[in-house]
Amino acid sequence: MLDKNGIAKRIAREVKDGYYVNLGIGIPTLVANFVRDDIQVEFQSENGVLGMGPFPFEGEEDADVINAGKQTITTLAGASFFDSATSFNMIRGQHVDLTILGAMEVAENGDIANWKIPGKMVKGMGGAMDLVASAENIIVAMMHTNKAGKSKLLKRCTLPLTGVGCVKKIVTNLAVMEVTPEGFKLLERAPGVTVDQIREATEGALIVEGEIPEMKL
Amino acid sequence: MINKTVKNVSEALQGVEDSMTFMLGGFGLCGIPENAIGELVRLGIKDITCISNNAGVDDFGLGLLLQNRQIKKMISSYVGENDEFERQMLSGELDVELTPQGTLAEKCRAAQGGFPAFYTPAGFGTEVAEGKETREFEGKMYVLEPAYKADFAFVKAWKGDEAGNLIFKGTARNFNPCMCGAATITVAEVEELVPAGTLDPNQIHIPGIFVQRIIQGERYEKRIEQKTVRPKE
Repeated sequence: MLDKNGIAKRIAREVKDGYYVNLGIGIPTLVANFVRDDIQVEFQSENGVLGMGPFPFEGEEDADVINAGKQTITTLAGASFFDSATSFNMIRGQHVDLTILGAMEVAENGDIANWKIPGKMVKGMGGAMDLVASAENIIVAMMHTNKAGKSKLLKRCTLPLTGVGCVKKIVTNLAVMEVTPEGFKLLERAPGVTVDQIREATEGALIVEGEIPEMKL
Repeated sequence: MINKTVKNVSEALQGVEDSMTFMLGGFGLCGIPENAIGELVRLGIKDITCISNNAGVDDFGLGLLLQNRQIKKMISSYVGENDEFERQMLSGELDVELTPQGTLAEKCRAAQGGFPAFYTPAGFGTEVAEGKETREFEGKMYVLEPAYKADFAFVKAWKGDEAGNLIFKGTARNFNPCMCGAATITVAEVEELVPAGTLDPNQIHIPGIFVQRIIQGERYEKRIEQKTVRPKE
């Protein structure tokens, strides 16, 4: 079974040379720490920066340079700043190659819910609806079950949707799955996790074909 | 040169009234028009509608207008980080319209560019699209979103000149350029106001035609919302 860093590490292997990548808040942010350093990748933050670098050293933070999580950041050589409309043109226009974000629920048809729990304070969708509606390549990073132990991989989402039929791949603490017309196709198991454990934790249709390899990290 | 400078922030905000709709630039506390917000607090006008990506924090940014109960409606994409906001929203004192961030930016830019509306895929199939016209283009579904209408746009830039030309810095740019010229009157405040002819025309981000009034802000706190640093190696 993987921890959050393990999930991020596995997703980092999906980041290819030449990719522009948008990382959501939470586990997705950790992915940047595990991307190979022999490939060229630029991270986009939807508040208006491409070419994000690590957090600044103490005393070097700049109030005018932050990421979408409002954290102070630095930029790398080749970085650029732009306005919000231009930023979402990059996203809506499918110039960003890969979007990695968290979710509360994913359905077997690729629907995603990650912004609102009825009866609780709603903070808003931020850029999530634009990202999921536009991106060609969306990977969801999340735990397989919620804190109550209930599956987050469902037949149908129960929470208000963020987007419909948009998720392509899911990496959880238990498995890597692909969304197919028939349901969640199991691609890989986390180290030490059995197919039965994954089936047990998955409410939606799980397709298991042949031997399922263990993840390489 | 058409001179856009006004004497001070109170002249810059001349004409603001109760029940108006304002656009305010900024992402979190980054690039917010601090001086315009301060003047709105001083004027005490009520029942305003604010189009702004976020709603500030309890004691800074738009949070100051919330504390004063001056805001009737917020149009934003994300409104966390603010307890007073939450209290007013849950008690029904404050009306909140949540809009996807890219749609919010584009609704401003559509107003700037004279487009009445546009189609976007964001929000299709979700509650954001309820009651809105949808249409298929090349096999994909889109939602029709109208441009915003606002009385004033308050934006903040790094440098500006007497002609109203603006240059932004870092991610403090965000929604500010999209809001210039998107309201009846655009008020720009800058950290440094210079004579016309000082800025290189090649480096201007927003031409002065989109700005009606410009001032140098009296002071900027530029508060950091989430200071995040790494240890020195």
